[in-house]
Order: sequence, then structure tokens, then C-alpha cells
Amino acid sequence: MTSGSLIAKEQAPIQPRKDPPKRGLSRKHREWIAAALFLTPDLIGLFIFLGIPMLMSLLLGFFSADGFGNFTFVGFGNYVQMFSDAQFMNSLRTTLLYIVAFVPGLFITSLLLALLVKQKIPFVGVLRSMFFVPNVISLVVVGFVWKFILIDKIGLLNQILQSAGISGISWLGDPNLALWSVIAITIWFSMGYYMIIFLAGLQEISPEFYEASMLDGANAWQTFWKVTWPLLRPTSFFVLLVSLVSAVAGSQGFDLIYVMTRGGPANATELGIFYIYEQAFQFNNYGYAAAMASFVVAILLVATIIMFAVTKGGSFESD
Amino acid sequence: MSLTDRAVETRSSHGSASRSGFTRLHPKKWLLFFVTALLAVLTVFPLLWMLSSSFKGLNDVNSLSLIPAAPTLANFVYVFTEVPFLTYMFNSFFVATVVTVGALFFHSMAAYALSWLRFPGRNVIFLAIFSTFLVSLPVILVPLFILAKFLGLLNNFGGLIIPALFNAFGIFLLRQFYLGIPKELGEAATLDGCNYWQTYWHLILPLSRPVLSALAVFFFLANWNSFLWPLTITNDQNLWMVQIGIANFQNQYAGSWNYIMAASVVAAIPTLMLFFFFQRQLVTSIKASGFK
Repeated sequence: MTSGSLIAKEQAPIQPRKDPPKRGLSRKHREWIAAALFLTPDLIGLFIFLGIPMLMSLLLGFFSADGFGNFTFVGFGNYVQMFSDAQFMNSLRTTLLYIVAFVPGLFITSLLLALLVKQKIPFVGVLRSMFFVPNVISLVVVGFVWKFILIDKIGLLNQILQSAGISGISWLGDPNLALWSVIAITIWFSMGYYMIIFLAGLQEISPEFYEASMLDGANAWQTFWKVTWPLLRPTSFFVLLVSLVSAVAGSQGFDLIYVMTRGGPANATELGIFYIYEQAFQFNNYGYAAAMASFVVAILLVATIIMFAVTKGGSFESD
Repeated sequence: MSLTDRAVETRSSHGSASRSGFTRLHPKKWLLFFVTALLAVLTVFPLLWMLSSSFKGLNDVNSLSLIPAAPTLANFVYVFTEVPFLTYMFNSFFVATVVTVGALFFHSMAAYALSWLRFPGRNVIFLAIFSTFLVSLPVILVPLFILAKFLGLLNNFGGLIIPALFNAFGIFLLRQFYLGIPKELGEAATLDGCNYWQTYWHLILPLSRPVLSALAVFFFLANWNSFLWPLTITNDQNLWMVQIGIANFQNQYAGSWNYIMAASVVAAIPTLMLFFFFQRQLVTSIKASGFK
């Protein structure tokens, strides 16, 4: 996977055959028709199940829609309503807090793990598998296992803390703690996946750079900042982008929160995406939910653009 | 049990030297090993705890010992007899398998056209597909639900399967792979009189077995574990997939952690088995997703 561009390089044309074209269709046109047929199933599917919903979510925001197929045009009503909806504003704050803690936390954890398991140490293959294994478990199961470990008083963690003289911590019941617990669990779940991506990035750095740096007498710390860090930039950018998108969209957060806290206690873990789900599927406010969802998409776009800008155009080349 | 090809290289290139010199390993490396091993054990501990608790009785389930005092299979028996867990597992297995096979078929066809065939607008189409990477299910959930309802996809297997078939990730990965197949092979096939379909079927598909198996593991896991979409479009209990089944099980048996842990183990075992047998394929697809 060294090809640098997303755009396919023009391929050398296949030698045209000398025999006369069949049934008046030139070879070029037959190739076009073949391409169209090969692409049809996926293009139709992507258009219907991703394209149309994207367009719909923009339009739907201008309607008041209940669950029975009644649509009433309300103009910007939904958008006005959401900025005066304290619970939605609170859920945006929670989402922001979640992103600000999750993205860097995950980045540092998985990079450190990758640096550890890149070393030539005994059983390194087994150790890598152990770090990765939480990622293959479903988030529903992950939610249960941690809920069980974190229960008040009788949970494993609180029993251990009790023997150290610390008691009365309510990991999921204390509004000041619950979100942090959920974030930590999400990092535990995701870190193995990003560790593999970092490891692949680290292994692509040519050993010659390290040898040169060693000859220059650089210590491990200097080598990391002068060699590894700049050369790892494309991977770092990818990790930041993907984890940011998954944090805003609540790809992991939703399942965990549904299973563990249902947005509580006192809405402390109510991510934007979870509030939108409740508005749609518990209160049947589909139009309002769609308006809020398109606002989340707008945030996502802005965040992505900022990230491209901060990482110097997201250039995949390291200078 | 190594996670990456490189690990194998490392081990074989050092081979017997490092093995016989195990004790002569640099003290720093030993320290590094112990720190890493400790972290790894802490990482898997919650899963070991789940496994251990699933064999404990109700009175025992909050005890601190990792080895159950009186191991019992009663929790598993209870889960399978009180709840239609086999139905849930069958549904999950069926949906995940059909989605995996269908998605690989469609995506490899699209990827073949996008990498080997030349036609106007090819790059525009590819970029349009690529840009859907940013769209994730939670964000389009509401309109997708309304659309699915309109198309009659509520409460049936079609609704569980069809929308799950389409994503850019598979197309992207397969296209990258196909760009790496030497074009001379295609020319040879053309000279042998193969048309485009025959080239795809007899040349491209057999050559892409490694990347297809990598994606297959990835897709199967993702669909077995999926929760939000099945939760949204099925309320008929006969159609529940296993994740919905256990989520509901928790509502019913809140507090009976021995049962909940047994149900969790049952839901997790297929994914763990896939991981142990196909971890190389899984890692290949993850590595490839870090696009360069």
C-alpha cells in the first residue's frame, strides 16, 4: 500500500485487438458498459442507503414529523427550538468533553502501546493479541462486563479499593465520575485497534533513520521527537481523524451508554447522539431529531476542516 | 500467536540465538517485558473476570476469587432454556454471513471497475464513494429509519441485511489491492478471449483471496456485534440478533450477574474464536485501513 494518491494512475492501455469490432460497438464503449454494470449494485446501494438519508436529514430538519408519516413544514422552527433546549445544549457540552478527553487519551495510550510492542521482547506476538482482544468483543458485552466490575459497594473494583481503605466511590452513579468511566472504558476497547495502526506506521519507518540517529548520539527521547514523531505524521493524522469522527458520531459511545447509564446520572453521560436517539425513538420527534443530527454533522465538518488546517492540510507527506 | 507478519520475521531472524539466550536478554529488555506483560494482563483481566463469573453461583458471583469456589454450568443452562438464545444466535449468524458474502461480491465488482476498467468519470465516482467514509450510522439514523419504513424494511431480514451491505471501506480496500495486480495478467486473459466478467471471475477473484478473507473476518465481526441498527428496526422478538437479546436480557434479570455474564460469554465466544483463528487476516484489514 505504498501508492501515494487516492486517484488511480492512468493505466497503460491494453493493446487493441486487430479483429473487427463486434456488432458495431467499439471496444471502448463495451468497456464503459461493463464498468457501469460492475458498479451498478454498489452505486445504487450507496446512493439509497447513504446518499438519500444524508439529503433527507437536511430537509427533514425543516419539518415536524411524527411517527405516523405526518410531515408539517416548520421552517427554522426546529433549529430555533434546539438552541433554547437546555438538554440539547447540555448534551453538546457532554459531547465536547467526551471528544476532548477521548481523542487525545486514545492517541497517547495506543501510541505508547505500539511503542512498547514494537520492541524485541519475549512473547511480543501474544502481548499484542492481548492488547487487541477487547476490540473483537461487542460493545454491549463490554458494557455489561464493566458495569459488573464497577457496581457500587460489591463490584470488583470497589471491593479491591475497600481493602485499601477507599470506599463509597460510585463510578457510574456519580455525575462527576460517570462520563470519565465511560471514556476510560471506550479507550480500553479501542486502544488495540489504534495500536495496530500505529504499529504499522512505526514499522514503515526505515531502520536507517534510527541507525543515523544513533550514530549522531541521540538518546531515545531525542530519537522519538526527531525521527519517529515527524515520520509518523500520516499515521497520527489518520488516527486523529478516525477517532474524532467516531467520537462525534458516538460510534462506540452510543452502545456503551445505552447499556450502562442510559444517559444518566443527571444527564451526565448524555452524548448529543444519544439525546437525538431518544427524541426520535422515544418521543417520536423525528423532524427535531433530524435537525439536531444535521447540526452534529455540521460540527463534524467544521472539526474535520480545523484538523486538516492544523495538520497543515493533512498532508500525507512528512516534510 | 503473533499478531503481525513482522513479528514472525523478528522471531525467525533471531531464531535460536534469542531463544537459547533468553536469560541473557538485556536487563532493560526484561524490565520492558515485565511492564508490557503486566499491562497486557490488566487489559484482558475484565474478560477473564467475565468468564470466571459465568461459572459462579448467584451467592458466589460477587466473591473476589478469580477461580469459582464451586464451578457450575447452571447459568448457561438457564440462559439457553429461559431465553430463545439459540434463535438470537441463528439470526446473528444468518445476517452476518449474508451481509459478508453479499458485500464482498458487490464491493469486489465495484473495485474491479474502479481499478481495471477505463471509463469517463472514474475518479469522480471513486472520490464520491470515498467521501462517504465520513458518514456513520448514528448520524443518519433517523432519515435511514424513515426510509427503511417507507421501503417496507421494518421487522424483516431484508431490513437487517440490505442497508448493512453498503460501505466505502470494502470498496476502497479492494481497489487498493487490485491496483497492485500486474496488468499483464489481464492482457493475457484478454488474449485468451476472456470478456470482462470472465476476467473478473476467473482471474481477479481467485487472486484476491487473501484480501477477501481479511475483509470477510472484519465484516462478520462488525455485523455480529452490531447493535444500533438492529435495535432501531426490529421489535419482533423472533428477529432479534444476539446483541439485542442480551441487552434485553439485562433488563429482565437486572442484578442476576451470574446469568448476565453467562449470556455475555455466549455472545462473545464466536467473536473470540474468529479472532484466535483469523487474527492475521483481521490485522491485515486493520493495517490496510490506515490509508497512506
